[in-house]
Amino acid sequence: MARATVLGTTDEAVAGIEDGSTVLVGGFGLAGMPFDLIDALIRQGAGDLTVVANNAGNGEVGLAALLKAGRVRKMICSFPRQADSYVFDGLYRAGKVELEVVPQGNLAERMRAAGAGIGGFYCPTAVGTPLAENKEVRRIDGRDYLLEYPIRGDYALISADKADPVGNLVYRKTARNFGPVMATAATTTIVQVNEVVELGDLDPDSVITPGIHVDRIVQAETRHYTVQGTR
Amino acid sequence: MTTQHLDREPLTMDELAAVIARDIPAGSFVNLGIGHPTKIADHLPEDLGVVLHTENGMLGMGPRAEDDAMDADLTNAGKVPVTELPGASYFHHADSFAMMRGGHLDVCVLGAYQVAVTGDIANWHTGRPGDIPAVGGAMDLAIGARNVYAMMTLFTKSGAPKLVPACTYPLTGVGCVSRVYTDFGVFDVGPSGMGLRETYGVTEADLRARLGLWT
Repeated sequence: MARATVLGTTDEAVAGIEDGSTVLVGGFGLAGMPFDLIDALIRQGAGDLTVVANNAGNGEVGLAALLKAGRVRKMICSFPRQADSYVFDGLYRAGKVELEVVPQGNLAERMRAAGAGIGGFYCPTAVGTPLAENKEVRRIDGRDYLLEYPIRGDYALISADKADPVGNLVYRKTARNFGPVMATAATTTIVQVNEVVELGDLDPDSVITPGIHVDRIVQAETRHYTVQGTR
Repeated sequence: MTTQHLDREPLTMDELAAVIARDIPAGSFVNLGIGHPTKIADHLPEDLGVVLHTENGMLGMGPRAEDDAMDADLTNAGKVPVTELPGASYFHHADSFAMMRGGHLDVCVLGAYQVAVTGDIANWHTGRPGDIPAVGGAMDLAIGARNVYAMMTLFTKSGAPKLVPACTYPLTGVGCVSRVYTDFGVFDVGPSGMGLRETYGVTEADLRARLGLWT
């Protein structure tokens, strides 16, 4: 994989994303959501996307805006239904978007497996529930587990706090959430950061995502900061 | 042995939160589910040394953030802005759920639609056609912590028991709940059968009759 590139605009950062791609989108609710990359993806025009994310959009910003623009064929997520997920709810009820519900820990672990070269794993989550349907059950040391397969992305769109020019990333607080895992699980990882710092300015001991996992970096022009429950 | 608290009404959800907090051992690592269980945090004395885990990637979560302390990058699993306590740590989602699934959390308290006497829990989906399913971390939490407690009202608004012989709602986890805290009483559940630890505002005999779960 080539070394990371720092790009001047979010439009350059999302260039080349093809119709029909699987896109991993970071964030837990709005924390860690790569708003500017998603806005750029809407302008870029790719459609028929499979999006993997924890939620299915909040309000009309970020992932909800991508859904509203009609670019998403299928959502793979753990928690689509929320007080402010009306864009997704409407599309789903109208049969305009498919949904695959995956328990949150399995969503993370399946992407971790993809990034770590693991072909599948046995997990106790969801045994005996409707989400176990059609999955292989294996009894190991007296406990039942389900066979889970990796989730790989063609692209990951994530946000981090800081990047250096070789793609090393540090995150802020719970905005880290899916970022480090998604960065490993996609063919092309695109990151928006609050700040691109000089080479040598990140303490190597504090790096969370090593630059080997990062392909494109852009400093975001704007930051749509919205704290839920405050408006 | 059942302790009957008869000189009072059934517990409010706030009082129930205090009852659960009383049973959480000092120094425990605890995850409090979305909804009523989050109230338990208000009743954990600081010197108890309980460390709160939130599955979106934090240990050492503090109280809800107010005004200037609100930070869009710092929320709990309910996406409510929270604060960090000294000694807090952050980690990504795969690590957070590994911590849970790996049995490193001592206690998890979950809200529930129904709990079965065998310890099955249903809390993620009403099963009504047209309802959009959303599981979040519920299934991971249900099988993850070493002790999983349910917190709920004992009866639905129409009076039907939510502690049942077998859940009729879609299951979240099988045989994973060990204790059920309700407004009318506290129950032990699981594969070895059901026990009644305490009652509130009702006698043991009345409660047994209303639930109809004992022969």
